[in-house]
Amino acid sequence: MEATSTRTEMIPERRAPDMRRGAAGWLRANLFNTPLNGAVTVVTAALLAWLLWPALQWSVLQADWLGSSREACSGEGACWVFISARFESIVYGFYPAAERWRVDLVFLLMAVLVAWLAIPRLPGKRWVGLFALVGFPVVAFFLLVGGSFGLEFVPTRNWGGVMLTLTIATVGIVGSLPIGVVLALGRRSKMPLVRGFCVVFIEFWRGVPLITVLFMASVMLPLFVPTQVEFDKLLRALVGIMLFWSAYMAEVVRGGLQAIPRGQEEAAKALGMGYWQRMALIVLPQALKLVIPGIVNTFIALFKDTSLVLIIGLFDLLAIIRAGLTDSEWLGFATEGYVFAALVFWVFCFSMSRYSQHIERRLHTGHRN
Amino acid sequence: MNQANAAQADSPMIEITGLNKWYGDFHVLRDIDLTVARGERIVICGPSGSGKSTLIRCINHLEEHQEGRIVVNGMPMTRDVKRIEQIRRSVGMVFQHFNLFPHLSVLDNCCISQTWVQKKPRAEAERTAMEILERVQIADQARKYPGQLSGGQQQRVAIARSLCMQPEVMLFDEPTSALDPEMIKEVLDVMIELAEEGMTMLCVTHEMGFAKTVADRVIFMDQGQIIEENAPEPFFNNPQSERTQLFLSQILGH
Repeated sequence: MEATSTRTEMIPERRAPDMRRGAAGWLRANLFNTPLNGAVTVVTAALLAWLLWPALQWSVLQADWLGSSREACSGEGACWVFISARFESIVYGFYPAAERWRVDLVFLLMAVLVAWLAIPRLPGKRWVGLFALVGFPVVAFFLLVGGSFGLEFVPTRNWGGVMLTLTIATVGIVGSLPIGVVLALGRRSKMPLVRGFCVVFIEFWRGVPLITVLFMASVMLPLFVPTQVEFDKLLRALVGIMLFWSAYMAEVVRGGLQAIPRGQEEAAKALGMGYWQRMALIVLPQALKLVIPGIVNTFIALFKDTSLVLIIGLFDLLAIIRAGLTDSEWLGFATEGYVFAALVFWVFCFSMSRYSQHIERRLHTGHRN
Repeated sequence: MNQANAAQADSPMIEITGLNKWYGDFHVLRDIDLTVARGERIVICGPSGSGKSTLIRCINHLEEHQEGRIVVNGMPMTRDVKRIEQIRRSVGMVFQHFNLFPHLSVLDNCCISQTWVQKKPRAEAERTAMEILERVQIADQARKYPGQLSGGQQQRVAIARSLCMQPEVMLFDEPTSALDPEMIKEVLDVMIELAEEGMTMLCVTHEMGFAKTVADRVIFMDQGQIIEENAPEPFFNNPQSERTQLFLSQILGH
């Protein structure tokens, strides 16, 4: 009796399955593969066209683009002249016109640094990163505030528009992440004092609304400190925003720390690494990578919430557009103003979201073990 | 080898006296006395939950003990972080689940502690790492990430990572238990080679073949105590205690 079976002939080769390339193939496979699906596709397309066509007509086809005053608006569609006429103030706020090159220079420097750090091929990441974190804030501070090196002093109450929004968002983002990481580590510390402080700090800042924080910073704080000491209003708002978001960041980061298997730290310990080495080299790189979506989510929320500073009288992008609406020259263009503000916010937030997805893919190193 | 070690070259590698450890009310290690000479190879076996992993994890202070004295390489274990880290630098450890760093390449896994703990220049660290990866026959995978390797390959990298620190003693915590059967041999071969080169080794393992081939001494633990210890030949052929006999009949009986 034959006890084994052994294949003597190989199975003949077959053609690879049809990939259904091309737009037509994709349409047929996904949208029209059954009569019902075909019908649903047609109805949905009609619905979309019905809904979007007026929006497109208003915003682009019948819109007024050129001109410098209200007379240029035909009234049929959107009148973007409202935006272009006030563009300078939307970008620079009340920054003196003669000094706006300083803002441009900071914008340019920031764009170069961000691009340099974001494009993987460019060399010298370590030094550029160090400059972005240490050198750039100093340079930006002296350029924007002035008062030294022969530059005219520009008080922060004259700051506004996109420039102010970006300042608040950048300081908030760059400040809240490291503070959040330290708080997250502290909350897992074995030292009761450190852990206690971090828990109280995080729970306090998470428990109060950002609006309250901003009110406290602008209205209450001056009551508690001696009258000679005067902190800048923007500075107070910046500190408030940074601490508020660092509490959220701490919890996001802590989520990542929890997810790292204990064996990782044990292996690092067994190799003789001290606490800070274990955290900086082994645990945090993995934990932060894991919570990139959560971190960027927090960044996006932070970016959008910068517009809350309008309630303490700072004129960010949204506030400056709102201020424009009350201009007697331009009454009745609220829709254009808000749509434009929304678009600017959306562009920034969507870019952050896409970049984070790109980073996640780039840092992927095969299966987790 | 640093100065402290050279001065202590004639002391035993590891000296454990009166070691006791509790997890809450649970008494995991009871009055353990164990001396490991330099160059000695010891295999520790016993049923699960008998405290064998806990015992070797006490030696590099991954677990804290409550009573007793541990002296490693002439250095008494204290709670002082600096002392603990000093001891850990002369003790290598290999884990059941490899615990390689998944965000670093194989080469970086082997270099990171050399450059940060031993403060070696990067080039020298890489040279050492490549030599040792060569020895465990995985140098061709140096640029890959742990997630791209098989279990056996990962465990060999983990052994190499440990050896890069030039340890005086190696602790193995069930190094083959998480491996598919066909990969156990490649890891055991590396361990046997290491034993033949004279490395002091403490292995918690169920690989009785390995114990018979390389061990100088086999230790049987149950319920947190050392029940029996002997050279492999008498240990396997003529076990003294009933519990050892039962254990051996269970793991060798099929």
